[in-house]
Amino acid sequence: MTIKSYNQLLTEYLEQGKDEMTDSSEPEVVRVENVRVVYGNKIAIDNISVSFKRHYITAIIGPSGCGKSTLLRSINRMNDLVPGAKVYGRVYFNGTDVYSKDVDPVFIRSRISMVFQRPNPFPFSIFDNVAFGLRVNGFKLTKDELYNKVKDALIKAALWDEVKDRLNAHAYSLSGGQQQRLCIARALAIDPEVLLLDEPTVSLDPISTARIESLLRSIKDEYTIIIVTHNMLQAARASDYTTVMMPDDDMIGRIIEFGPTKEIFTNPKDKRTEDYISGRIG
Amino acid sequence: MTVMASLEELKRGTERRKRTNSFFYFIFLSATLVSTISLIVIFVTLGLESFNFFTHVSVAEFLTHTKWTALFAEKHFGVLPLLNATIITSLIAITVAAPIGVMIALFLSEYASPALRSVVKPAVETLAGIPTVVYGYFALYFITPNILRNLWEGLQIHNALAVGLMIGILIIPIVASISDDAMNAVPLDLRHAAYALGSRKSDVALRVVFPAALSGVSASIILAFARAMGETMIAAIAGGFRSVLTFNVGEAMETMTAYIAQVATGDAPHGTIEYQSLFAVGLFLLLITAVLNYIGIRVVKRWAIKY
Repeated sequence: MTIKSYNQLLTEYLEQGKDEMTDSSEPEVVRVENVRVVYGNKIAIDNISVSFKRHYITAIIGPSGCGKSTLLRSINRMNDLVPGAKVYGRVYFNGTDVYSKDVDPVFIRSRISMVFQRPNPFPFSIFDNVAFGLRVNGFKLTKDELYNKVKDALIKAALWDEVKDRLNAHAYSLSGGQQQRLCIARALAIDPEVLLLDEPTVSLDPISTARIESLLRSIKDEYTIIIVTHNMLQAARASDYTTVMMPDDDMIGRIIEFGPTKEIFTNPKDKRTEDYISGRIG
Repeated sequence: MTVMASLEELKRGTERRKRTNSFFYFIFLSATLVSTISLIVIFVTLGLESFNFFTHVSVAEFLTHTKWTALFAEKHFGVLPLLNATIITSLIAITVAAPIGVMIALFLSEYASPALRSVVKPAVETLAGIPTVVYGYFALYFITPNILRNLWEGLQIHNALAVGLMIGILIIPIVASISDDAMNAVPLDLRHAAYALGSRKSDVALRVVFPAALSGVSASIILAFARAMGETMIAAIAGGFRSVLTFNVGEAMETMTAYIAQVATGDAPHGTIEYQSLFAVGLFLLLITAVLNYIGIRVVKRWAIKY
């Protein structure tokens, strides 16, 4: 086995995705329009407009501090929980502005669920972790229905075979990679339309990372997935579309390029994108 | 130009440091010994006087007899009436303090703004700083006549109910403060995980933070219960000195601590059996509270979650 260069790997990943042509006629599930997020008196991201298509995986890439996570958190109103954060502009979810006054952020988050950087399972059993979202969202389920929903979510998260005999074991007895897949199962159990992932593999080893990437590809026909990563190979391997963000001279994060992943990586229009993906920035 | 330190200078520095170190070592050690030695002296004194007591009264009689008539001509030394009063008043107290204390902790850690929290938390903790003699008179002269007697006519002026309720108020800060610490130790990212799954604030508080902090909450309740059993002034002032085995909380009941206060402030002559009985009761109480404290610590260790 030979050690492949970064460019060889990149070419291979892009070749693999060749037959899955992106279709620009697919409806948008999430459309971000002219969003600016301010923390206290610092503008974190500004003038952000981008849309996310149903049943595709979109990667948001860019160097640390460019506001990738801030953009992600403004989609499901998680920025509401950050003291001093203010979001301006519009974020449409199936045509409804999630920031309009009569929209309940709790409902938005049950339709657009989220997985975080560090695996953060609850200190409960594996089963109760996955069942958590079903319970708080008031699903009226019999014991069997609950079990089946938990099982389905664990199967989708590619964790079922490893935990089916110990669903009552404590979540903290799992490895880091398993814990993150548990967090994905927990997010899928409530049947969201959109799954947000904020650098979900940053604390994991390469094998766990590969598992998560392949499970994302396997579930993308049922969900719309938006994944923040600063691992460009991950974006190339796992995503259909890529958004490139970059801080400007005032350290305000902006989108500099958006398009099908293959185009971004093979034929970037912005010089900064080219520099970034070839490793000269970041 | 660099000035080189001579070997002598370096040595002198070492010796001075050694002297300073050992000086402070002994100062701080002596301070530590004051509390350690006190504990040993207390145990030994209680043990010796109790030993004298148990040469006259068997341990079996002490633990099982249902009459405590130490200050009467016909003496019986069954600790059950005193133990019963202590347990009843402490159970009433914890019934009051556990739910209120846990709700205060949830309010402080999950609902209160930082500004409100900085006012409420010290106010709650001030409750624990009020001299308990004040609580005692408050129970006797306010709670019983003005509140409880309106609801319960046959209530005796000295009664276990007022004692239990008052001790309950006294120990609320113990439950609230320790539970609040435990809830604050629950990592923020667990709350975020819950919100990201469509939780409301109440779901986060009750389904994530409360269960995650359960070991600390349980420990706070056990420690508060131990404190309730040891409370003396409220029991002595508002509970009366009637050592009768009864389960009617509307009647006067003498707790173990109240009995000790009664005999110690009275004129039981040194060396008599009533004098010795107070050490036996004290030792018994100390053992019970020590066991409770031990259980509390074990609960924290056993259920503690490493995030």
